[in-house]
Amino acid sequence: MSNQTVTRADLAEAVYEQVGLSRNESADLVEAVLDEMSDTLAQGEYVKISSFGSFSVRQKGERIGRNPKTGVEVPILPRKVLVFKASHVLKDAINGNS
Amino acid sequence: MTKSELIQRLADRNPHLYLRDVEKIVDTIFGEITEALANGDRVELRGFGAFSVKKRDARTGRNPRTGESVYVEAKRLPFFKTGKALRERLNDEEALQQSSAGLRDESYY
Repeated sequence: MSNQTVTRADLAEAVYEQVGLSRNESADLVEAVLDEMSDTLAQGEYVKISSFGSFSVRQKGERIGRNPKTGVEVPILPRKVLVFKASHVLKDAINGNS
Repeated sequence: MTKSELIQRLADRNPHLYLRDVEKIVDTIFGEITEALANGDRVELRGFGAFSVKKRDARTGRNPRTGESVYVEAKRLPFFKTGKALRERLNDEEALQQSSAGLRDESYY
């Protein structure tokens, strides 16, 4: 466990090394992938990346919440949430079985 | 949208790239995230979301059908938290924020 944080810059660097595009274009493409996924999800469509996992949008109903400090009850409106389901390949990689 | 559809859409928007390069870009990104998580690292993509790994201790579970006790080994599980910008895009966030404003007290955080 090294406990570091990987960011867009690290992904762009990996694309730069693996694909041989310029650093700028590698960064743009990492962004393009995230944008394409975000746009699709914002339209309510799922995104399924084989051997990684799937992202889907789930509708949540209204419920009553409470301000933890004041105890005042407030309705939480129906909302959409994003759920990620990891594939078995990803789960196995994380547990050191490949 | 599947991975191959994602690759196709990116290829359509970047006609100067070979399809195989677009494939390699997409595979590199998800491969890199997988490798980071396998190392126990966190992957933070501002605006989109963050991937992390949570540890689960070993426990004695039960087969819900037979009631039999079974030992469940300790394991690590991937976890995704949606980023603020994407979460807001999924909803008409202004309306939601107004209604739940009473839930939060800025000084509380």
